[in-house]
Amino acid sequence: MDNHQYLDEDEVLFRPIYKTGKGFYALACALAAIVLFGLIMYIRQVMFGLGETGMNEPVSWGFYIISFVFFIGISHAGTLISAILRLSKAEWRRPITRMAEVITGIVLIIGGLHPIIDLGRPDRILHLVERGRLQSPLLWDFTSVSAYFTASSIYLYLPLIPDIALLRDRGGRFNKLYKILAWGYDGSEKQKHALERAINILMVMVIPIAVSVHTIISWIFSMTLQPGWHSTIFGPYFVVGAIFSGIAALVIVMIAFRKAYHLENYLKEIHFRYLGTLLMVMSLLWFYFTFAEYLTQFYGHEPPEMRVFNYKFIGSYAPWFWLMVVCNFIIPVIFLSNKKLKTIKGILITSIAVVIGMWLERLIVIVPSLANPRLPYPTGIYVPSLTEISLLAAATSAFILGFMGFSKLFPLISVWEIKEGRKESVKEVTERLNEYLPTSKHVKVIEEA
Amino acid sequence: MPKYGMVIDLNKCNQCEACVTACKLENNVQIVSKENAEMDRAMFWMKMLTTNYSGNYPDIRSESLPMSCMQCDEPSCIKVCPVRATYKRDDGIVAQIYPQCIGCRYCMANCPYTTKVFNWFKDEQPVENEKTYNPDVSVRPKGVVEKCTFCIHRLQKANEQAKAEHRKIREEDYVPACAEVCAAHAIYFGDLDDPNSQVSKVMRDYRKFTLQEELGTKPKVYYLSAMTE
Repeated sequence: MDNHQYLDEDEVLFRPIYKTGKGFYALACALAAIVLFGLIMYIRQVMFGLGETGMNEPVSWGFYIISFVFFIGISHAGTLISAILRLSKAEWRRPITRMAEVITGIVLIIGGLHPIIDLGRPDRILHLVERGRLQSPLLWDFTSVSAYFTASSIYLYLPLIPDIALLRDRGGRFNKLYKILAWGYDGSEKQKHALERAINILMVMVIPIAVSVHTIISWIFSMTLQPGWHSTIFGPYFVVGAIFSGIAALVIVMIAFRKAYHLENYLKEIHFRYLGTLLMVMSLLWFYFTFAEYLTQFYGHEPPEMRVFNYKFIGSYAPWFWLMVVCNFIIPVIFLSNKKLKTIKGILITSIAVVIGMWLERLIVIVPSLANPRLPYPTGIYVPSLTEISLLAAATSAFILGFMGFSKLFPLISVWEIKEGRKESVKEVTERLNEYLPTSKHVKVIEEA
Repeated sequence: MPKYGMVIDLNKCNQCEACVTACKLENNVQIVSKENAEMDRAMFWMKMLTTNYSGNYPDIRSESLPMSCMQCDEPSCIKVCPVRATYKRDDGIVAQIYPQCIGCRYCMANCPYTTKVFNWFKDEQPVENEKTYNPDVSVRPKGVVEKCTFCIHRLQKANEQAKAEHRKIREEDYVPACAEVCAAHAIYFGDLDDPNSQVSKVMRDYRKFTLQEELGTKPKVYYLSAMTE
């Protein structure tokens, strides 16, 4: 009886699973068409060679590697944010964690595919396993991304089990699937305890893995001798950028699905304001790293470094560079430091700007350094081809499509955690607060009351 | 074990680019279409690096030097290769294994001399050109990285010959195409470890330098700087 009442209470979270509107199908078809087009372009590329892209000499890496770094960066939204919020016992995390974890899962698959798209010989991909050289940063990457994917998909799956059990109990379609996935979870004390322990272990484990993944991605660049890449702060710089873009992507997804599935009751303005504050902190951190990186480059004034520097600041890439600064620093500061502008709409605008800005940042890190090699002196040019642009569109569409698909199978907000929050959190937080506070008469009054 | 190296005397070099042509023909280096060449995809194992322009139009004087793979003793390309498709042989030659390359182009990104080239498309040369292919060198498939190998097939041939004749390989047995064809005799090639070889002798010149010495890659292609009035 008690259980039934709760189900009704959070019915809106289950509704998308059972009811699908016309708009959903229309959008899904449009996105699938874009993905299909990208697939055709990729098959063309495999048939005719990588010459179908705009890459050349010396710009031998382009959109694919940019997207790889960008999407893996977005994946930090998920696991890292959800793990940190869980670890710090931030109660407002409850409706957010699931979406964050789903982003990680989907985006890691998409991001992880990009280096393979970039290969001249994708048919030889297994050489990495058969005769991989562990000395190559590319293999570190291969290892860390797969470790991250494993850890974060388990981290997505474990907190999903109680919700799958709820879905199984409700019956309906895909019941067989839910039955298998729920692993016979019935919410007993013992099971719940085991689950919580597993989640706790994983959330601690996932944080160092997430940090290492993006550090290692930055090492692909910083281990080389290329001017502009050979920098010691690239590791933390990339991690900060990754979390920054991750939060922005999370906010966009949250606002979109809040509107589409009427989750206003769960995702309240305060959630966005908190995330907005986090976004602001990351924006300032990002600016700090960017400033430190370029100031040292400028003062060192080595000729090869300066060619890259000038290419970014006043040369061919200046419009993109300054657009990046506007998107990643000026817009967030304007919108997030002003109480009047820090509304859901303002935070949405900021997040879109940040996602664009962080994509530009990856572009600005990768292409100018390759276009200005130490030798020969003339600079290279890089203009992406239709193949590369359509594959970027396909990757973005695949992400949205994957998210939409997930929302039709599982609730986007962790139902059991919401219930648990309603049931236990208030008491728990009061107790915890009492622990923090110095004992005084006031506290005793609260306790007695 | 010998250690092969090259010395290019820029005083003798008259920038005729015969070495560039000879290299292309000797190693079956793909001749790309005009459109691709305009997109900076022209493939050269030996190319001319323009270092300086002087004078005003129409009296322009360009200075350039022939530049192949530097065959570094501390190559940065092999450090990053994920599948050991490029490696340094005991005789110092940095070799490529085309069937092993996955085409990630990491070695290209890490070569400070930008001497590696990628097969962006399938070999698209006219059919008649196939008759001129050198049978000793494999034609590379699309999607792999390639570069100068010091005409390693010539070394293999010379070694076999020497073995058949029960003698050691002689200096004149093994010379890459660029050195062989140079009309000005500006390119010396041989064993750097042998103090009596011709390269060792010319290397004692005070004009000796290597490109980007400061990077510590220790190139085995040396230059003798040109003397100008």
